[in-house]
Amino acid sequence: MTTVVAPPRAEAKEPPPPPAEPRHLPRWAWALIVIGVWIVVWAFTKGQDTLTLGAREHTQLQNDLTEFRNAVLASRDTNPFIQFTYQLGEWFKEAVEWCQRMISIPDFPRPVPQIGWLGVTAVAVWIGLAVAGWRIALLVAASFVSFGLFGYWSDSMDLLIVTFVSVSVAVLIGMPLAVLLGTTSRLGNSIINTILDIFQTMPTFVYLLPIVLFFGIGASAAVVCTLIYALPPLIRIAGHGIRSVPSTTIEATDSAGQTSWQRLRKVQLPMARKTIVVGLNQTIMAALSMATIAAYVDGPGLGQPVLQSLFKNDVGGAFVPGMLIVVMAVMLDRTTTAASEASEKAARGRINMRQRRIVLAVAAVPVLVALWMSRFYTWAAAFPENNLGPSVADAVNSFTEWFVDAFGGATEWFKNVITEALINPMQSLLAESPWYVTATAIMALALVLGGLRALMPTVICLIGIYIFGLWHDAMITLTMTMVGTVLVMVMALVFGVWMARRKSVDLLLRPLLDAGQTIPPFVYLIPMLALFGPTRFTAIVAGVIYAAPVAIKLVADGVAGVSSSTVEASRSTGATTWQEITKVQLPMSKGSIVLAANQGLLFMLSMAVIGGMVGAGALGYDVVLGFSRSEEWGKGAAAGITIVLIGIMLDRIARAAANQDPITHNPTRRPWWRSSMG
Amino acid sequence: MRNTRNGWMRGARAVAVVACVTVVAACGGGSIEEQTQANEDQAAEAGGECGDLNMAVNPWVGYEASAYVVGTVAQEELGCTVNYKDLKEDVSWQGFGTGEVDVVIEDWGHPDLEKKFVESKGGDGSATDFGENGNVGIIGWYVPGWLAEEHPDILDYKNLNKYAKDFATSESGGQGQFLGSDPSYVQFDEAIIDNLGLDFKVVFSGGEAATITAFEQAQKNKEWLIGYFWEPQYIHAEIPLEQVKLPPYTDGCQDVPAKVACAYPDTPLKKFVSTDWSESDSTAVGLVKNFKWTNDDQNLVAAYITSDGMSPEDAAAKWVKDNPDKVQAWLG
Amino acid sequence: MTTMTDHEPQGTSVPATDAALAVHNLWKIFGKGGDKILGTPDAELPRPELKEKTGCVVGVKDVSFEVAQGEVFVVMGLSGSGKSTLVRCLTRLIEPTAGEVIVDGEDVTKANESRLRELRRNHASMVFQHFGLLPHRQVIDNVGYGLEIRGVPKKERRAKAAEVVDLVGLSGYEFSYPDQLSGGMQQRVGLARALAGDPKLLLFDEPFSALDPLIRRDMQNEVIRLHHELRKTMVFITHDLAEALKLGDRILIMRDGEVVQVGTPDQIIGAPADEYVRDFTSEVPRSHVLTLKWVMHEPNGDAGDGPVLQADQIVKDAARVVLDHHGPCRVMDGDKLVGVVDDEDILRVVVAEEEAPA
Repeated sequence: MTTVVAPPRAEAKEPPPPPAEPRHLPRWAWALIVIGVWIVVWAFTKGQDTLTLGAREHTQLQNDLTEFRNAVLASRDTNPFIQFTYQLGEWFKEAVEWCQRMISIPDFPRPVPQIGWLGVTAVAVWIGLAVAGWRIALLVAASFVSFGLFGYWSDSMDLLIVTFVSVSVAVLIGMPLAVLLGTTSRLGNSIINTILDIFQTMPTFVYLLPIVLFFGIGASAAVVCTLIYALPPLIRIAGHGIRSVPSTTIEATDSAGQTSWQRLRKVQLPMARKTIVVGLNQTIMAALSMATIAAYVDGPGLGQPVLQSLFKNDVGGAFVPGMLIVVMAVMLDRTTTAASEASEKAARGRINMRQRRIVLAVAAVPVLVALWMSRFYTWAAAFPENNLGPSVADAVNSFTEWFVDAFGGATEWFKNVITEALINPMQSLLAESPWYVTATAIMALALVLGGLRALMPTVICLIGIYIFGLWHDAMITLTMTMVGTVLVMVMALVFGVWMARRKSVDLLLRPLLDAGQTIPPFVYLIPMLALFGPTRFTAIVAGVIYAAPVAIKLVADGVAGVSSSTVEASRSTGATTWQEITKVQLPMSKGSIVLAANQGLLFMLSMAVIGGMVGAGALGYDVVLGFSRSEEWGKGAAAGITIVLIGIMLDRIARAAANQDPITHNPTRRPWWRSSMG
Repeated sequence: MRNTRNGWMRGARAVAVVACVTVVAACGGGSIEEQTQANEDQAAEAGGECGDLNMAVNPWVGYEASAYVVGTVAQEELGCTVNYKDLKEDVSWQGFGTGEVDVVIEDWGHPDLEKKFVESKGGDGSATDFGENGNVGIIGWYVPGWLAEEHPDILDYKNLNKYAKDFATSESGGQGQFLGSDPSYVQFDEAIIDNLGLDFKVVFSGGEAATITAFEQAQKNKEWLIGYFWEPQYIHAEIPLEQVKLPPYTDGCQDVPAKVACAYPDTPLKKFVSTDWSESDSTAVGLVKNFKWTNDDQNLVAAYITSDGMSPEDAAAKWVKDNPDKVQAWLG
Repeated sequence: MTTMTDHEPQGTSVPATDAALAVHNLWKIFGKGGDKILGTPDAELPRPELKEKTGCVVGVKDVSFEVAQGEVFVVMGLSGSGKSTLVRCLTRLIEPTAGEVIVDGEDVTKANESRLRELRRNHASMVFQHFGLLPHRQVIDNVGYGLEIRGVPKKERRAKAAEVVDLVGLSGYEFSYPDQLSGGMQQRVGLARALAGDPKLLLFDEPFSALDPLIRRDMQNEVIRLHHELRKTMVFITHDLAEALKLGDRILIMRDGEVVQVGTPDQIIGAPADEYVRDFTSEVPRSHVLTLKWVMHEPNGDAGDGPVLQADQIVKDAARVVLDHHGPCRVMDGDKLVGVVDDEDILRVVVAEEEAPA
């Protein structure tokens, strides 16, 4: 949920900022008063009307949702829409399976795929060389070899294929929508953005069963669920890019009498190209992050071994394929970025095309040889077996065991402090107050922090949460999200400032942050469980691991972006380092910090379902329950919708709080999509 | 001079080695073609008697053991092409109607799914009950072995309240914590606790992995833990878990979920298959129909997979090789 | 031309028949329901009051003027005066609320979409303050952009573009990218792009205000040169009076969307329509702009036999002759004696100028 209200075209005549309202008390003081009153009321009304719903109880609406799904299921043989989507799914499946027979699974009657690992690697390296240069070619080579070396060649190829197919379809669907988003009115924009918000916050488990119903099991379901999750970043970012083409250029070329199609094709798309590539990049990352979820419906890829290891509580076994997903993510990320830069260089004649063509032609010879060999020689077709993967897995297992033994006591203490000091009191206040008290308090806070603009969406979302009948669970999930966000922001400020001030720290931490964001949470869930047990705290820690990287990067970029002349000026007045940070760097990067908090909240919330799998209960558990037992689907769907509503509510409050006027100032000076959205 | 000669020799030897490798590699090339030929021959021979067998693999190791043993036999003995599909139960059942799933080899009882898909229960008839698979599911309340040893009286529910405080955690709000499990399983623990007047609060682990980790840690670190668990489950081979006695199960005592105050019944695990597939002439139909083995058999294969780190294929193949009699009985 | 004051000389008025561009009663009101305000008394309200009352802002208020073939017509005003809105209304980059814009005899405001495109492609090109170049295209393809969207084949348009690039003095930079050029050179590209389609009418929207003073002077000279060579009709928007005086055959001064005065440079300086214009022009060196017509006086019976000067001669240029001659000089319009000018007339202009800054 990273909607940005793009500035209107006619930027030139910006109205002067509205004069600050005279306030007697700062906003935070009002907020404290609201909370104080809330606590007093809570003390007297605690435990009444909390709208608690038992583990297997349902409201009428939830039952209706289940019935609706059952009706759709029952109509599957006659429903023409399902027939149509099923056919679509068949095509996806055929496309994926064709690719699989080419490079990942034996193409019967051949005992091996048409092209073996050597050929695939050679072609991939050649492509890397062609689009991005020899450094990337080396990276590609190392990545592909690591897929084979660790023993996950065909799973890796499967993931690559599913990602490729989904991203291709995402581009086909997403680019027209991005153009629409980039060229429609602001109303159209806010509608599309809200829909994208829903897509991105709705837990995948909620729509996994319907997807199977509409598109079938396996590759088709994997492609579709990946598609749904990966589409929004592309639409948003590319749309933003198209919208950001300077109006002077549009006007100048319009004045030459271009048609709107010419404007799009010759001006807007080429000028937004860099941003579109960023969008594509984010889409690929999002697609990879769906790998494990897709494995729940037999989606081919590296997610399968991760999931299978999870069932065996085999940390090492999950770690190796998990790391390979990270390797693939890093490879694709760097390759697409470098390819975009290289094509720009080439267009500007900074690359000797003739020489390059010769190099590529020469390089093509060994590639063809490798291709040929990989069709006929066993050693080039199937990656030679070795023991690297299992031994790394064993090492990881021993390390985990040692780590858990060594730190188990200390972590227990830490868990108890956070639980007693933060989680329990907050949860009691939010979830044990009568629902109308909590609702009133939240509305009051929204009003105080974000004004009327925040109040309206808050009221709508709270009504929605009430209607879907999971109020109590929603408040628990909200508590955990808030606590997690506090921890995320502490980390973001500490590490973000550190990274911005020390280049070496930045270089050291970035790859770790990339890994934290792309590694499937299932890999680190078991060690977390061993350390903290099945508790809300475990869920929060898992969420923090996932959410902190984005927030840290945003804060680091924001602080690093503070103009050096301002820092210099403050230094010239003799400010200490602490003063420099607190009085110059942090206030000046306020926009990024607010954005980091916003993203942190949403990322934490998106981990609610994972939290439900490690003992956090609440909405996450309801979603998993709905996915696991068909008679509970309605409850799961209600929980999913409630998560979406919480997300939209928090997002709108945070955004309104950051900036009371939606149009005139954009809270962030840097483009919002600089955050990877995972 | 000798050195030079040696150098020469070494060079020649290197060339020879490269040549040999190339020849070997070329022979390897032959092997791809040979095997292609072999596969074609085999396919011609088998003549589509078995064809594809789509085997759902539900996400727990015991299931995996059963599925791969049946799959291995089907592949080796009947020449089937077995497709293993990693799916949760609901999705598997949904796949019966679309031809994407043929067999669910271990079903713990899903009345709701039966109502939707089994004709005799009022469903659309896409699923068919193929009888019991010989395994018996035992569900109950378990504590780690050390606890049973140090406090033997804990194995009776009547004494649980005495220890409730010891079971308290950060999640249970002062009461004793009872660890509920994966949402996939039928659980009446909240009702049982209420109706037996126990001072416990159910905290759901949310997943099998979380439950297993919790019991492992509890045994290892001598922590207090009581929770929902079941057999067959491979973890029983690794750590001792003891069952707590509840009021015995009687017919109908679990009919009204809110009033349950008795133990879970032992569940004979069943096989369900796609109706279309069961009516086909696939030779694997008979195999699945006849398949039957014991909890011990399954635990053994599950232990191969988990403790010995074997792949499910290897584990199944090993068991099949060691138990030709049982396998022959299924094929007969 | 309702707002034109009638006491000024009309020596250079434009014959209406062959005007390259004619604008009649053009209005632009920004904001919701702007068109409904037209014709009501509200339309006559001053800007802040109208904004207060309706939320609408008048950008262009009942503007009319005509531009002759080959004329350089300058629209001048401070920022917010509506001059940029006005020039955008001419090719409907901003849709006017009411009025007529006639280019080559055709009413632009009535053109449908494809007709409007046709007009933008072939009849009127525009040069922009911020250049509006395409950063992903080389100079030659930026220049050829207008031709490209008309569907001119690549070879032909490149040839034509190369010709125009040469014309604006950018030879050798055909294959550079915009961001490799200085601001002045970028604007030459903008100029070339506008010229490439060979339009009859060139519109300039403050093209040189983003450039530094020396480059700006060069570019102004470039425009003068091109005008001499190509004789295009030009409408030139600026906020710089010196630029207006230097380039304009005639100047239109705008304030708050309204026309304050239209006239030749010497008319503007010599007979400012109101205090606003007078204030505006007070620092201009009058001797550099005014012609003798503005400083001469009636011959007192006998014109004498002093040197003969033409009435449209700039004071500065005539000063030496007048000061060298003792006694009045004759001022002629063609063959007709229109007045005489003596030392005092000249000195009045020059001295006033010296005092003005104080």
